[in-house]
Amino acid sequence: MAYDLTFAKDVYKKSEMGHWIKMCMQCGVCAGSCPLRAHWQHSPRQLFQMVRAGKRDEVLKSSDMWMCTSCYNCIVRCPRNLPITHIIHGLARYAETEKMTDPMQPTRRFAVEVFWKNITATGRVGEAMLTMRLYFQDGIGSGIQKALEMKDSALGMLKTRRLNPIPFRGKIKGYDGFAKMLAKAAELESKLENKE
Amino acid sequence: MEKKIGCYICTGCGLGEALDLKALKAIATKEQKIPVVKDHALLCGAEGVGLIQKDLTDGVVNSVIIAACSHREKSAEFRFDIDLLERVDLRDKCLWLLDVKEGDETAEEDRQMMAEDYLRLGCVKMKKMNVPDPFLHSDGSKDVLVVGGGLAGLTAARDVAKAGYNAVLVEKSALLGGKLNDMLKVTPDNKPPYRDVAENFIGALVSEVEGDNRIKIFKNSVVTKTVGQPGQFDITIKNDTVSKELRVGSIVVTTGFTLYDPTKLPGSLGYGSSPDVVTSAEFERMAKAGQIVRKSDGQPAKRVAFALCAGQRDPAHLDYCSGACCIYSMKQAMYVIDQYGQDASTYLIYQEIRTPGQMEDFYRAAQDKGAVFIKGDVTQVGSNNKGGVAVKVNDHLIRNQETLDVDLLVLATGMISTVDTQDPNVPSPVGSARDELPGSVLNLQYRQGPSLPQLGTSAFPDSHFICFPYETRRTGIYVAGPARRPMGIAATMTDASGAALKAIQAVEAVARGVAVHPRSGDLSFPSYRPEGCTQCKRCTEECPFGAINEDDKGNPLFNPARCRRCSTCMGACPQKIISFANYSVDMISAMLKEVEIPEEDEEKPRILVFACTNDAVPALDMMGRLRSPISPYIRIIPLRCMGSLSLVWIADAMSKGFDGVLLMGCRHGDDYQCHNVRGSALAEIRLSKVSETLQRLKLESNRVKMVEVNIMDADTLPGVISDFVEQIGNLNPNPYKGF
Amino acid sequence: MKEYTFFPGCSSEHNASAANMENSVQAMCRLLGIKLNEIDDWNCCSASIGYAGGGQLPRMALSARNFALAQKQKGNADLVATCAACWLAMRETNERIETDDDIKKNINTALAEAGLSYDGHIKTRHMVEVLIEDFGWDALKAKVTKPLKGLKVAGYVGCQTNRPFGVCGDSYENPTYLDQMIEATGATAVPFPMKVACCGGALMFSEPDKSCVLTKQILQSAVDNGADVIVTPCPVCQLNLEVYQGKINTTLNTNFNIPILYYSQLFVLSWGGSWQDAALHQQVIPAEPLRRFA
Ligand code: SF4
Ligand code: SF4
Ligand code: SF4
Ligand code: SF4
Ligand code: SF4
Repeated sequence: MAYDLTFAKDVYKKSEMGHWIKMCMQCGVCAGSCPLRAHWQHSPRQLFQMVRAGKRDEVLKSSDMWMCTSCYNCIVRCPRNLPITHIIHGLARYAETEKMTDPMQPTRRFAVEVFWKNITATGRVGEAMLTMRLYFQDGIGSGIQKALEMKDSALGMLKTRRLNPIPFRGKIKGYDGFAKMLAKAAELESKLENKE
Repeated sequence: MEKKIGCYICTGCGLGEALDLKALKAIATKEQKIPVVKDHALLCGAEGVGLIQKDLTDGVVNSVIIAACSHREKSAEFRFDIDLLERVDLRDKCLWLLDVKEGDETAEEDRQMMAEDYLRLGCVKMKKMNVPDPFLHSDGSKDVLVVGGGLAGLTAARDVAKAGYNAVLVEKSALLGGKLNDMLKVTPDNKPPYRDVAENFIGALVSEVEGDNRIKIFKNSVVTKTVGQPGQFDITIKNDTVSKELRVGSIVVTTGFTLYDPTKLPGSLGYGSSPDVVTSAEFERMAKAGQIVRKSDGQPAKRVAFALCAGQRDPAHLDYCSGACCIYSMKQAMYVIDQYGQDASTYLIYQEIRTPGQMEDFYRAAQDKGAVFIKGDVTQVGSNNKGGVAVKVNDHLIRNQETLDVDLLVLATGMISTVDTQDPNVPSPVGSARDELPGSVLNLQYRQGPSLPQLGTSAFPDSHFICFPYETRRTGIYVAGPARRPMGIAATMTDASGAALKAIQAVEAVARGVAVHPRSGDLSFPSYRPEGCTQCKRCTEECPFGAINEDDKGNPLFNPARCRRCSTCMGACPQKIISFANYSVDMISAMLKEVEIPEEDEEKPRILVFACTNDAVPALDMMGRLRSPISPYIRIIPLRCMGSLSLVWIADAMSKGFDGVLLMGCRHGDDYQCHNVRGSALAEIRLSKVSETLQRLKLESNRVKMVEVNIMDADTLPGVISDFVEQIGNLNPNPYKGF
Repeated sequence: MKEYTFFPGCSSEHNASAANMENSVQAMCRLLGIKLNEIDDWNCCSASIGYAGGGQLPRMALSARNFALAQKQKGNADLVATCAACWLAMRETNERIETDDDIKKNINTALAEAGLSYDGHIKTRHMVEVLIEDFGWDALKAKVTKPLKGLKVAGYVGCQTNRPFGVCGDSYENPTYLDQMIEATGATAVPFPMKVACCGGALMFSEPDKSCVLTKQILQSAVDNGADVIVTPCPVCQLNLEVYQGKINTTLNTNFNIPILYYSQLFVLSWGGSWQDAALHQQVIPAEPLRRFA
């Protein structure tokens, strides 16, 4: 049913900063401020209205939230002080936990499968490994091609000592505690995400 | 009183260095025969002012000419307890407007000529002015009539009484309180933190008013007749059986609003198609009765949609914003949320949300409480299979037609003022003024009709966009609250208080015999010489404020207390028989004739500028401040209002030898800025006949031009002036020079 | 000598992409009399895309652990970050911990697993704030021995050093502090309308085609305004603008070859530091226009 509030109420409760969505006054400033506006199918304000209209599938399957570069343009301009960037991130995360995102969405793949895994594996970003995983996530062939495209840059980085030739890095000293902390945080987070 | 004139010339602000003081003094003494002529190096300082004051105290002079800066400067310093004071502006509109290079003798000479002319103008004006006698009457009343006993009327009456005056409150129905009597709760317009609906306070206000012995209340009554003028309004109040006459000093109209007829709304909004489509007023009564239910089957109405702008802002219905409906719809959504809690779903379908002032917080609160705002429009209303209303919404954000199933659809219809208005440009002909027009609130017995003129193309009885809130175009009559224009609770209350104060100001001014506004304090008023009158009715028709009635023969009957001293009648009269003690056709003619016109072969043209004192003169002063130079051939004469423009002046200027005349009046038309509403518009109409005058004199018609000048125009005005100067420069000199 | 707790962040590690920033910042601090006390065993802040894999609590736990370590090791001394994303993530986490009791409680439950706790009170500051607020323009100018006269610089502030927190109350739409820094070294700040435009950030990794268009517009604006070099405080901006120039040239048919530097590099050079001190040897696009000042 159109404008059924079940989904909206879920988002208000479970998605990070989601409760702010009801405060949007549809002025349109966010839509006009986003550097990726040409690519969004639905601008932030439209996504917000879709939440209010109960369009669960359209919102959670959307690729739009994943395009956010965290430029914070919208957030500083919103006359209603909505933390738009965080709401957008929250919706992306919510879609992820609801398993609604297209698994091949490129930013989702990078953020969830490459980046987060990379930092939680050792405690710090291993840039070389990060890049390799990124390039090779679609198999060796396309990986080599992508890597070749950036070959000159990579060589430049190596030469100027801004890329570690050894892609493996050690873990931080307190890694055990670090890992337990993250596990706990994730556990609490899932309670948060499923709270009624 | 015998006039003893003193002329005081200031040599400060660089005037002493730039001008030939001796020559100026000679003009005043020898040419203009002013008995006392003095100068001072800082006239506005204590010593300079003391110099003038001493002559006044000693009785040497009783009328003062100050030749220094603009009359808009140093007015506090040059405030003397005298009747006649004239300011000659040598600084702002002469010294500061002329670009004179060091040692440029021609330019210096031109500047001196300008200063001398201005001094002459001031002296002639002073000689022509008489001391006005105030218009006084002994049988006046200071009571204030308030018509309409709703929120605005109660507030106005209470405030009048609180200020120590008597109020007469007339209410058509049997109950005071008006529309608020029907309301469950009210919006928190005056209640910080402006987030929750507030208790209805009208009962308390009604008791306060009913318990106040300064307020006389007439219920079940209407005003059937209003005769007279401020201070002496004779009112007939009638209830079912008896008529009663009483005298009041001024009037506040607070008859409030009616709502737009929902049956006239487009069918797509569904009114009448189901009992579950109701107006906001109907919903309010349902809520008050504790019945937030579907009218069709009595089921609880937990899902309620509100269609905002139901007819408002739509040229086919009400072309204006009703101002309060966004806010009261939020209030009504809160009723539903407060009653049904988690089960409630409320939707506000809107074009734009308008929540001025603190009501933005109320908007936030409504959002926070869960009301859903949909930017879009209702395109169709039908019924659904659950016995509810199916509202088709075109959601502008989702860009889709959605169907919203609700229990009730509430249409927020707009307010319409209950005050009868008339087209101000079409005065009703004498005799047809109906004495008992059922729709007329005051039934004014005015030559210009029983109703209040409307503002521009709106239907509201306002009189000015910018300068005069509450004021109608009938002096001493003020309209407040939704009767003036649509507004919410807080605005209505401030409006009513403001109007009450204005009404008091009016009775006090009239009691002292001075103008109320905009020339507050002016003692002069128009009078005419009956022998010369041809009963042409121009004055009674053109007076923008309906101040002049007519006797049976068509002679004008001036009501000085209604008059705003705009002098439009003076300019209108073809016989030139209307004048003020200190302002007349003859005076301006005499002034312009005093300007020295150089011989034709000197190639020094003269251009006369008539400038309205309300806007054009300040703009010229501003130009002076900015030192933006103008031609030294200009001579400026300020006019009270362009409305006083007499074509005689144009003829006189031409025969005197002026090469051109430029008139600077306020903007006219629907968004006029004329302080006297019609002054500049009427001047323009008169001017359309000027070509006859010019033809008679065998002169080119483009020697005379009227321009609209706004007080903010200091940056564009120099261009306007130089264009005209250039245009005149392209013509031959006026052949009448030297005749 | 002023001391601060220091959080370098992953890109500032040895052999990492912002090693040139790190090295020049260290040289700048030596010249200015700043001692940076690095947090021992710090971890990644998760930058701006940690939300997707981590959600709010795990994401914030990362920064919270750094705060907890800092507090334990160095007390409540101001924590300085040089990377825009680190500064933002740390500052945001601290704000949320200090203002939201639920977050504080949950975060501390997680921290307890690592034997740590944190309840706020460490102020996170960006290095440029330290320069402006704790030293001031006069002090920065006084250090100049080799003014970079004639060098035309486009000051590229980017996003996250600017929004949402802003530097020293400067405007979001037209911040001027970076231009002032450039001028403080004796160089000329050219007008640069794209100074706060987005470079694409981390989207460069996942959707480079979209990001490259943004980056191209920034480079183009700098070139159009006559800049010899672009200067930025942000390592993500630096990386995107410098390393992707080649890719932009091939895919978008341009011909850019403009060095992308850090403000710290300009300071070090103008204060008499060597080419090496300023880490100018670590530029992928060589900083030729600066050669004459070395
Ligand atoms: S800027 Fe804020 S209020 Fe305006 S449309 Fe976007 S989220 Fe809504
Ligand atoms: S923060 Fe994200 S959504 Fe907001 S303007 Fe930037 S890219 Fe767009
Ligand atoms: S107040 Fe709101 S609902 Fe009423 S007319 Fe204005 S915009 Fe429409
Ligand atoms: S001065 Fe103006 S208001 Fe007064 S009677 Fe004449 S036209 Fe009317
Ligand atoms: S305009 Fe003059 S002549 Fe005409 S009616 Fe009035 S007073 Fe008489």
